[in-house]
Amino acid sequence: MAARLRGPGFYRASWMMVLGVGFSTLLTWLVRMSTGHSTFRHFLSGDAILTVSLLAVPLAFLVGIGGFDYWFYWATGRPTRAEDHSGHGAYSWKDYFRVNTDHKVIGVQYLVNSFFFLLVGGLIAMLMRAQLAQPGSQFMDANTFNGLFSVHATLLIFLFMVPVFAGFGNFVIPLMIGAPDMAFPRLNALSFWLLPVAGLMMLGSFFAPGGAFADGWTAYAPLSTNAPIGQTFFSIGIQFAGASSIMTALNFLVTIITMRAPGMSFFRMPLLVWANFATSLLVVIATPFIAASQFLVLLDRALGFNFFNAGNGGDVLMYQHVFWFYSHPAVYIMILPGFGIISEVIAVKARKPIFGYRMMAFSLLAIVGLGFTVWAHHMFTSGMAAWIRIPMAITTAIIAVPTGIKVFSWLATLWRGILHLDTAMLFALGFITTFTLGGISGIMLAMVPFDIHVSATYFIVAHIHYVLFGGSLMTIFAGVYYWFPKMTGRMFDERLGKWHFWSTLILMNLTFGPMHVLGLQGMPRRVSTYASQFSGMNLFISIASFGLGLSTLVFVYNMVTSWRGGPRSVANPWRGMTLEWQVSSPPPIFNFDRLPTVVGGPYEYGVPGAVHGIFAPAPSTVAAGSNIVRAPSE
Amino acid sequence: MPSRRSIILTAVAAFVATAIGVAISYAIHWFPAQASTQASNTDTLYHVLVIASIPIFVIVVTVVLYSAWQFRMRPGEELKDGPPIHGNTRLEVFWTAIPTVLLLGLVGYSFVVLRENEKKPAREIQIGVTAQQFAWSYQYPPSVTGGAPISSDQLYVPEGESVQFNLHSKDVIHAFWIPAFRIQEDVVPGITVRWRATPDRLGNYPVVCNLLCGVGHSLMRSTVHVVSAAQFQSWLHSQLSPAGGAAPGGASG
Repeated sequence: MAARLRGPGFYRASWMMVLGVGFSTLLTWLVRMSTGHSTFRHFLSGDAILTVSLLAVPLAFLVGIGGFDYWFYWATGRPTRAEDHSGHGAYSWKDYFRVNTDHKVIGVQYLVNSFFFLLVGGLIAMLMRAQLAQPGSQFMDANTFNGLFSVHATLLIFLFMVPVFAGFGNFVIPLMIGAPDMAFPRLNALSFWLLPVAGLMMLGSFFAPGGAFADGWTAYAPLSTNAPIGQTFFSIGIQFAGASSIMTALNFLVTIITMRAPGMSFFRMPLLVWANFATSLLVVIATPFIAASQFLVLLDRALGFNFFNAGNGGDVLMYQHVFWFYSHPAVYIMILPGFGIISEVIAVKARKPIFGYRMMAFSLLAIVGLGFTVWAHHMFTSGMAAWIRIPMAITTAIIAVPTGIKVFSWLATLWRGILHLDTAMLFALGFITTFTLGGISGIMLAMVPFDIHVSATYFIVAHIHYVLFGGSLMTIFAGVYYWFPKMTGRMFDERLGKWHFWSTLILMNLTFGPMHVLGLQGMPRRVSTYASQFSGMNLFISIASFGLGLSTLVFVYNMVTSWRGGPRSVANPWRGMTLEWQVSSPPPIFNFDRLPTVVGGPYEYGVPGAVHGIFAPAPSTVAAGSNIVRAPSE
Repeated sequence: MPSRRSIILTAVAAFVATAIGVAISYAIHWFPAQASTQASNTDTLYHVLVIASIPIFVIVVTVVLYSAWQFRMRPGEELKDGPPIHGNTRLEVFWTAIPTVLLLGLVGYSFVVLRENEKKPAREIQIGVTAQQFAWSYQYPPSVTGGAPISSDQLYVPEGESVQFNLHSKDVIHAFWIPAFRIQEDVVPGITVRWRATPDRLGNYPVVCNLLCGVGHSLMRSTVHVVSAAQFQSWLHSQLSPAGGAAPGGASG
């Protein structure tokens, strides 16, 4: 027992968290006593202890679970445990609940954790739609409702959309570039464990006095700086989710730049690798801005800094500029990896090279650059200086061009291919159509006079859900179905997959399509009740959304049962050329038993005799005079 | 190679779909009543955007559906690959240049509309708007009342005259939105934000707070009464006279 309490794991994490609360109490007590709170009652302030605890307890948890062990040993000059990679691989489900440095285990941890929060976020959406089925208060007060949509958006953005792509990247990218693992496996493990911390903190805000944070995921000051303590759960939770994001992005960048297999030049990289490279650039540059914006809110709230207090020289609009300087690039952080997934799926399932591969890579970089020049289009009606609208509208229109290039290139890749219309491909095709609608409404929103009417209405809700649900989530489903055999070594039920696709596509359009009209007609977003003229359409949307929620259960059932007992998958069920398909399913613990050398492009379908990578001969089968052997599947 | 017949058939279907799409876009009542000169400009812009978008969406969907129809794997093709086409520079330049021109054209047109909508007219009345959690109040300065300034929870504006709203917030950010005018701006503490509209249709229209401002946000509503110039003057008089101050101004509206 004593060893359990001392060794890394949940036992040690538990008592360290208790210690964290004690430390926070002591610290606030001492500080408040020394700064002149004269009576004993004032020494202890619940809000102050909670605020410090929200920082200290998660750190205590991370230390307890073992996220920092190696570095502590090294820093204190004690012998570090030899890196024998004993933490690699997962042999039972329990191994997924440990600090594990294997990128494949971390990838699965990321994905399962993300889908857990997808289900929670979706469930919250169902509650909101139940409330909105009719005007008036159904079964919750306005404060609860405001908390629900705020937590809904926050969880789905910071605990689903952003990390789910990091999950794919973690599992697939080292395999794709022919590396044995990520560049920084320990950092990788730590970056995962920050996520459940952030997610549970945001969910935990429902139990805070005064309710959950209720200012939307945008948390505009000064509403957020004067909100009850639940807001602090957001301000601090974002720090953990953001830190996780930044660590992973750095890891991807270093991995992609330094750990490519021999012969894997940048222009031989699969487009998913390109997409994660571009996304990681966005993340490391932009994410510090949202961290800053929430630190400023935290300082305003906890210590009265008055950054955003107009009455004391604060600047209210500054919050929005800093916030959107991250949160617009964040939209691309949430879609570029999806573009990568779609390129993989379409090339393999259409049996053709990606049309215009180099333009596909360049358009990603163009989006990275332009993505930083459009943030104030979220602020056309914010009261900022009027002239800023002009350049921002132009860049917003222009950023649609590289995105358009990608859509047209996918269409040209389909042309004259041999289309395998299975579940992953259906999701890819569904993505192209619904994402185009989201893109078109986005271009409309670049038009300032139109945006002035619909900004912050249900038209925006429709647009964002066409982009993130019809766009990103479709790519995520495509990716899950595509790599499921590789990750689990098992096949899923294709028939259920198709049911899932068709129900998602149809119900998604029925749910979010009518929202465009609601917004144009004059219904604001983030309201718990509305004018009676909108009641028919809202009831329709609510019913469709319940169906959409149910369709997700088909997916969950398919994944869970197939993972437990689906038929075994072969190494390369889709006959893909990229390296991850050339190893067993699931891959060996160190990915490549024989070192790969890349000799050609990743999508040379239809080119006679072409291969992407070849493998060094296995030591026992070396034939005299030959040191190159084709991969068995070729 | 796809057959010529199937391509022609599909092209015709795409044309028909575009035509139907445009027809539907006219049949749908997208907007509430137009009650300002700005509203009709904005609505026209929207219709142009929709009509420009429909063919693009139809092209995308048509290629997807046509590919699924003509290029799907037939029995016996399980191990076959498509032709190794890596790209076509001319085509790629084409689909980079055309959207760029189209987008710049549309955004240029939107600037024309913006300029038109925000143009300062020769004559204009000023009305102050004050937002606080969770109510609106309106200030009519002496230049409008011809006497003492008036503050009221009622918003009356004369038809056919440009009005500049000067927005102030007492607490957090709100947004002053009149959907019938198609205009909104945020009401920001510490600064004065302005927008103008020329009401051109008599009637009562909703005023909506369109930026989350707290628990009462959903109910932070008001009404704008667009009345004739004569009615506007008499309403002002009723507000100025002591009796008018006592009797709720809402009785006339």
